[in-house]
Amino acid sequence: MKKSTVTFIIRRLLQVIPVVIAIASLNFLLLHMTPGDAADIIAGQMGHATVEFTQQLRQEFGLDKPLYEQFFIYLGKLLTFDLGMSHLQQTPVIDLIVGRLPATLILMVSAIVISVAVGIALGIGAARRQGTLADSLISVLALVVYATPAFWLGLMLIVLFSIVFDILPSGGMTQIGAGFTGLDYILDVAWHLVLPATTLGLFYVAIYTRLMRASMLEVYSLDFIVTARAKGLSEGKIAWTHTMRNALLPVVTLAGVQIGHLLGGSILVETVFSWPGLGRLVFDALLQRDLNLLLGILFISSVVVVVANLLVDLLYSVLDPRIVHK
Amino acid sequence: MNRLQIFWFRFRRNRAATVGVVVLFAIILMAMFGPLIYAIDPFEMVGRPFTLPLDRFPLGTDVAGRDILAGLVHGARVSLLIGVLSSLTATIIGVTFGAIAGYYGGRIDDLLMRTTEFFLCIPSFVLAVVLVAIFQPDVVTITIAIAVVSWPSVARLARGEFIAHRDREYVQGCRAIGMPDWEIIVLQILPNALPPIIVVSSLMVATAILTESGLSFLGLSDPNLVSWGYMIGVARTVLRTAWWMAAIPGVMILVTVLAINLVGEGLNDALNPKLRK
Repeated sequence: MKKSTVTFIIRRLLQVIPVVIAIASLNFLLLHMTPGDAADIIAGQMGHATVEFTQQLRQEFGLDKPLYEQFFIYLGKLLTFDLGMSHLQQTPVIDLIVGRLPATLILMVSAIVISVAVGIALGIGAARRQGTLADSLISVLALVVYATPAFWLGLMLIVLFSIVFDILPSGGMTQIGAGFTGLDYILDVAWHLVLPATTLGLFYVAIYTRLMRASMLEVYSLDFIVTARAKGLSEGKIAWTHTMRNALLPVVTLAGVQIGHLLGGSILVETVFSWPGLGRLVFDALLQRDLNLLLGILFISSVVVVVANLLVDLLYSVLDPRIVHK
Repeated sequence: MNRLQIFWFRFRRNRAATVGVVVLFAIILMAMFGPLIYAIDPFEMVGRPFTLPLDRFPLGTDVAGRDILAGLVHGARVSLLIGVLSSLTATIIGVTFGAIAGYYGGRIDDLLMRTTEFFLCIPSFVLAVVLVAIFQPDVVTITIAIAVVSWPSVARLARGEFIAHRDREYVQGCRAIGMPDWEIIVLQILPNALPPIIVVSSLMVATAILTESGLSFLGLSDPNLVSWGYMIGVARTVLRTAWWMAAIPGVMILVTVLAINLVGEGLNDALNPKLRK
């Protein structure tokens, strides 16, 4: 690896630290804006708390200390991933989140794969047939899907594929009580993944199709494509080997930027499909007004996005060496 | 031709945008006058639950016997109001950040842009959910929450525009005659930087409506107001028996968002003709 690449990676890694501290600060701020503190809540649950008792609880939790001191205590706890307790489920917040994170990641990764693959294919297809009926049809479809609320699309897909045709499961991650293991288990999960991943991915299919189409048309107009045509290369070869590689860059960049947005979308989609991930946890936390759990989810999901962006950037510096020298 | 005519001439060349304007105008009329013409309380039980559309009520009744058309008409108000207000708020915050960062540059720019980038890192929908949950859902908190998660893109755009303008001759001229900075920013550069910002904010209305529908689907809506997302959330539990109950409000969201997107693209063609491919 070149020295400039190494310094880039180190610089990029160091940039993560202030961002995570900023996320923690925001969380701390929001925590203090919530009506009533942990002592109030616990005292309330016990039902017979006196003012003295609540005060004693505050002392125990360090809630009577000055704010800046509380902030450092909070940061210290975050370093050990101590996000406090979920008030209602009586379980550490971090345990609840770690338990649910894999399901969300599976859903997100599947949605990204679907949307990038289908979006690129449709975008190339539309660009190569610019001005034809197929091109217009793809563009109109992309516009409509782009305007569709994902959670509603999910419900309509359930109506179509689970209720009317009865070919796909309407929710959950596995067939209840089937007790599959090994390959059968993986297939079962994949089967349950089809509808939610499609629902979450379709919105991005629309975005990537439009972007890829525009990007392809732009590259098509460049000189080196004219040269390739003049050399007598086939249109297929020009599209796949010359144009696509260059047109891909904006799509990959956008896919990286949109990880946070995707996570937000998965909350809604998981709620629709009872997918046992972070989104379901958000929904449950909302029902039970478990703010500590909600803030924990905000913190961890922000960190996930920061780390994912970091990985995309690092991958990028390897794929496209020009980035390093920017 | 005056400027407005030129604008309209360019806008009309985009057929889809013209259709979008007509549809959007119809929805705005529905939001403004619908509740007056179709004066049925959307929360009142007016008939038996699960009445089919076109039976006794134009679009039937929901799980609690409430008139679905009344819900749609009242929901249009909420969606458009929150969509427009939150985009406006986000635009004001974003332009303020972007203008100061772009005009002054240096340390201020660094500080403001780091803040902007930080907000871009946080999953916006999750933050909106947390904000609304903490401050209790009503029109004001939902509007502010959506604005808080939407302004960064405007800030980036405005910053770019201000950087492009700050060293132009007309700005240097203003400085030479001793015009105060705020006047240069607000009265001189801003009008020139506005066209792309208008396009982005108009498209943001569409995103804001989608976000609002998502929030109210999760139950985070003003308890005193009907919204389309809330109606879908209610209908979700009876999807197997009455799919149209969820379908109808969703179609309204789709049509509204699509119309706004088409209008936004038309604005883009008309205001930034140079960018048109």
